Amino acid sequence: MSDISTDVLIVGAGGAGMYAAISAARSGASVLLLDKSLIGRGGATVMAQMTVAAALGHQEPDDCAIHLKDTLDAGRGLCNEELSALLCYEGPKRVLEMEQWGTRWARENGHIKQEMAPGHSRKRCCYVDFLNTGPAVAATLRRKVSEVAEIRRISNVAIVDILVKDGRAIGAIGLNLVNGEWVTFQAPAIILAAGGLTKLYQRNSASANMGGEAYALALWAGAELVDMEFVQFFPIGHLAPRLVGMDPIMWDPFRYKLGGKLLNGSFEEFIDRYGGIDFGKYTATRDIAAYAILKEVEAGRGTPHGGAYLDFRHIPERQLRAAFGPVIDRLLTNGIDLTQTPVEVGPTAHYHMGGIRVNARMETRIQGLYAAGEAVGGANGANRLSGNAITEALVFGERAGACAGERGKRGSADGDAKPVAAALQRIKAVKEQRAKDGVSPIALQTQLQKIMWDKAGPFRTGDKLAEALARIREMCEEELPRLTIADGNSYDMDLQDWFELRAMLATAEAVVKSALARTESRGAHQREDYPDADEALLKNQALELKDRALVASWLPPVQLSRRQK
Amino acid sequence: MADSPIKKATLHIRRGGAGAASHFDDFEVPYEDGMSVLDALRWIRVHLDSTLAIRYSCINANACKTCMALVDGEVEYTCIAKLAPKTVTVEPLPKRPLIRDLVTDIVPDEEKWATLKNLEVK
Repeated sequence: MSDISTDVLIVGAGGAGMYAAISAARSGASVLLLDKSLIGRGGATVMAQMTVAAALGHQEPDDCAIHLKDTLDAGRGLCNEELSALLCYEGPKRVLEMEQWGTRWARENGHIKQEMAPGHSRKRCCYVDFLNTGPAVAATLRRKVSEVAEIRRISNVAIVDILVKDGRAIGAIGLNLVNGEWVTFQAPAIILAAGGLTKLYQRNSASANMGGEAYALALWAGAELVDMEFVQFFPIGHLAPRLVGMDPIMWDPFRYKLGGKLLNGSFEEFIDRYGGIDFGKYTATRDIAAYAILKEVEAGRGTPHGGAYLDFRHIPERQLRAAFGPVIDRLLTNGIDLTQTPVEVGPTAHYHMGGIRVNARMETRIQGLYAAGEAVGGANGANRLSGNAITEALVFGERAGACAGERGKRGSADGDAKPVAAALQRIKAVKEQRAKDGVSPIALQTQLQKIMWDKAGPFRTGDKLAEALARIREMCEEELPRLTIADGNSYDMDLQDWFELRAMLATAEAVVKSALARTESRGAHQREDYPDADEALLKNQALELKDRALVASWLPPVQLSRRQK
Repeated sequence: MADSPIKKATLHIRRGGAGAASHFDDFEVPYEDGMSVLDALRWIRVHLDSTLAIRYSCINANACKTCMALVDGEVEYTCIAKLAPKTVTVEPLPKRPLIRDLVTDIVPDEEKWATLKNLEVK
């Protein structure tokens, strides 16, 4: 009854999914690695142009315990310390293993070169070359995955449902985008490695295909989510002029090294109005910069694209070139001459700290269901340090693969056809959807992105969040079932968008409900109506589905004993 | 901004599925300096015709390398092909099997469902 069976099924083939595949195969399991895009080309890894944090101690003395302390400090008391410790203690092994597999980390004087990054107390951030780290990591893993005989790969299949029987994951249903047909899988171990949720936001720095599907699939399967209110917004993401071939968050090193001025739409400096100090150098902290930019826009003093200007015209070209030579050229091919024109920047959705609730074996509460990478919630608490995301992808991928591999090779496939038939019944009706007014799934996705940006973005209020929640519920109940699907055949974009939208709505509701309940400001979650941190809320919020409704509970953070740190 | 004259670009797009006769559709989109062909294709999908089939993943970074098409007769990544405020012709890659509209089969054989399914049957 099932099309294909495997020991381990991996949903999503970015950094975490590919590492998980290699690791599961290493434990002796057969692996099926799927991606709705192409293997190793979708997701966030390939977009990550910056650095990978690991306490190698190559550049200067360092210790995993210090990396852990830095990570926990940034997480503002909410980290799942077991997961943070895993990230920090295993990070160096993974970075070195990647080098064995062919990643050419930048080296100097016979050691891997490590840089300082904000929030880290040591020089510990490795990179490949400027703006090329993620693509190089992805290329290494793609090659490695293709060399392992036990790993089969399928591109262009989107998983839309995890099959669960008696509290155990037994398989999945996917949509083969190429011909529009349903495909079914049997597996005693399934890893959700489909990344984060940045696509929920109108302004985001990630790729097109992370609409929170991993979170939605986990919820529907009966697993829990945690910390869903903690979306990380990058304060000075690129807005305009249109820039391609570059990471939208590229301006950070520019401001550190060169000192760019932030100006409002009337070319006035404004950071000092919000308690920031610039002194002609860019030293205002990220949170003040984000707040000040959005307040200027709200007051009608934004730039044409709704942000602020970042201005380098006071810096001589010689100095620009000395610091960022090749990048200056790439900017010029985009028609951007920093000596002549300022660029427009503003906060942009960048990463999700929250996610699927797992233990240090990457297990959810559903047997056989695992998570890896950004899909996992908790390792970074209320805020993530720069450089921890790729490390997390590699470390959690390895761990999930090893644990799922052990289970997968021991477990037998459950060929019960009933859950499959029921799930197919539910989803097949979608292809028949036709609406008279012809609203398309992508048009509704675009509306949702605007709502999330306007009402559940970097600075939140109870009123705005409540409005967002009401609109999301309406979209789920009234509009999602009535959107037009083109024909349901080969590469039907409407059909793909519909399933993505369904997941986006479920995830958006989780974010908004969690944000409403957290009546304080902490880390990346900022409430204008509750500007201070509340010690009584030094807890994690877990979410689960009960009778198709989201239910939250507050849990004390998972802590290590002093000896374990 | 709303009062400034809006420049337009027209996309002349070859459409159709595998094994069927193709046709061209024209779409007019608002033009902004620096805009890419992919930006215009995505705008069309949201505002004019959601059924237009295109393939892309990273949007901005020219990192995923999946958005190739024939732009005015040249093979280009649509994410870095700059649009101009005039008519541009966009067609699927000519040397790849057509799936639908601008989507062609660029998936390596060993990553295809069909390949895997055949192995499974044996």
